[in-house]
Amino acid sequence: MSILFSLEGAIGQGILWGIMALGVYITFRLLDFADLTVDGSFATGGAVAAVMVMAGVNPYLAVLVAMLTGFAAGAVTGFFNTVCKIPPILAGILSQIGLYSINLMIMGQSNIPMLNMSNMFSDLAEKIPALGWITPQNLSVICIGTLFVVATIALLYWFFGTELGSAIRATGNNQNMVRANGVSTNWTTIAALMLSNGLIALSGGLVAQQQGYADVKMGIGAIVMALASIVIGETIFGRKGGFARRLISIVVGSIIYRIIVSIVLQLGLDPNNLKLFTALLVAAALSIPVVLESRAQKANYKRLTEAVESVEDKF
Amino acid sequence: MLEIKNISKTFNPGTVTEKKAINNLNLKINDGDFITVIGGNGAGKSTMLNLIAGVFPPDGGRILLDGKDITLLPEYKRAAYIGRVFQDPLMGTAADMEIGENLAFAARRGKRRTLKWGIGKDEQEQFKTSLATLGLGLEERMSNKVGLLSGGQRQALTLLMASLQKPELLLLDEHTAALDPLTAKKVLDLTEEIVSKDNLTTLMITHNMKDAIRIGNRLIMMNNGQIIFDVCGEEKAKLTVEDLHRKFKENAGEEFADDRAVLV
Repeated sequence: MSILFSLEGAIGQGILWGIMALGVYITFRLLDFADLTVDGSFATGGAVAAVMVMAGVNPYLAVLVAMLTGFAAGAVTGFFNTVCKIPPILAGILSQIGLYSINLMIMGQSNIPMLNMSNMFSDLAEKIPALGWITPQNLSVICIGTLFVVATIALLYWFFGTELGSAIRATGNNQNMVRANGVSTNWTTIAALMLSNGLIALSGGLVAQQQGYADVKMGIGAIVMALASIVIGETIFGRKGGFARRLISIVVGSIIYRIIVSIVLQLGLDPNNLKLFTALLVAAALSIPVVLESRAQKANYKRLTEAVESVEDKF
Repeated sequence: MLEIKNISKTFNPGTVTEKKAINNLNLKINDGDFITVIGGNGAGKSTMLNLIAGVFPPDGGRILLDGKDITLLPEYKRAAYIGRVFQDPLMGTAADMEIGENLAFAARRGKRRTLKWGIGKDEQEQFKTSLATLGLGLEERMSNKVGLLSGGQRQALTLLMASLQKPELLLLDEHTAALDPLTAKKVLDLTEEIVSKDNLTTLMITHNMKDAIRIGNRLIMMNNGQIIFDVCGEEKAKLTVEDLHRKFKENAGEEFADDRAVLV
């Protein structure tokens, strides 16, 4: 029963963090830009949402504003990369480090507990009953999280089908071709980074409310968790299929990641070792397909070569 | 009409690898001209095309398009007037996007990208008809990823993309050089077809002297970042490959040296 209890909590978390993974997917896979702003912009989203909720602002409005600050963070990284010609990884790191101080300025302290304040999850939890063994608290996270995820996937599906969205996808493929067809790759890069970090900050705002506090360190390792979600999703669903399927696979990957984490924690993994575990998990998920393919190739070579040689031997 | 006035471009200035690629070059391209460009290694042919396209700015001089100074206009803004096909077949298309999406992207060359759907319903039919003119069967594969196509198919597609939105100037940078002879011929035939159909003003770099003589109404020969021979009309049509070699020797003072040139 205790493992089951942690599972639905893990599902709720997986959904909320899944929005962050969707944001990372935009830069990592579509734009082909290794954006490390993530760790900073996720905490920025949490910080902004926490400060606003504590000030009595509507919690939904708070995550919306959190998303807007994420847009701004992405725009800064984009500015560094396109106008200042700083390489993607460095541009992201600069934003990430700068945001650490900015997040402290926003919060005024390194941690904001929201224990006695009502937020979107506690508001809903008061109005709904428990479902079987699922507590109203966990149920509210799953319900609101699903609402946001579905809206995000629908929005991304629509956006990347538009002229502007197509231009961003083309930028990830071939910048040269994009400019030759009259689109500024500076603009598409900035737009993609803004959208990506907007979703990441939105996720940060939701997670802060769900866990009941914002912390300046809450974003550390977020990029690796996002990559874990993306590669787990890709390993299970494959990298083929339509765009909607790809997006859904990432959220499912995020949920599975959270379930794995909650299981290993229950099995007695020291929480301090969680980041190491995640790093190894991502490394394994990325390398296993490569190992399998090279083994299949060798087996195939052996089979074909032996088949030819066995025929030759008869003559 | 495109006018290039006193354009110069030096790469890596002040270093040991300094290379004066374009040296005070002047050229007037009239509307409807189909110019073939030949020249040896490092003559500055591609640099000239890249300067016209705005890939990098010149060190000095002016480029005027229909009297408008476009010298410092960024590449993506110039694209409104200029269609391009590159030597590398991978450079003109987006591999992970569908054939139809690539065409739709190119059909909006020079237009603002909005939040309208990336490919219109009526466009699908229009693209199918255009693809059918290539004779490669691509009209049946509209939703295939471009990455699945061969180099020749991608080059033909890029050519079509460059001409979907009629350009004021078409730049072809050795666009058949990376293809096998049969495919190269096919793409070249398509080029002639498309250029003559829309009467496109075209600048085409080639390493094949016969093609350079046979195709287009004007031929220019480059050496050391300058144009050393410019011929058009009747006079051009009567040229032979030997004439071109002799002209080169006369004007450049050395033998024509190009390790990729097709000399016969």
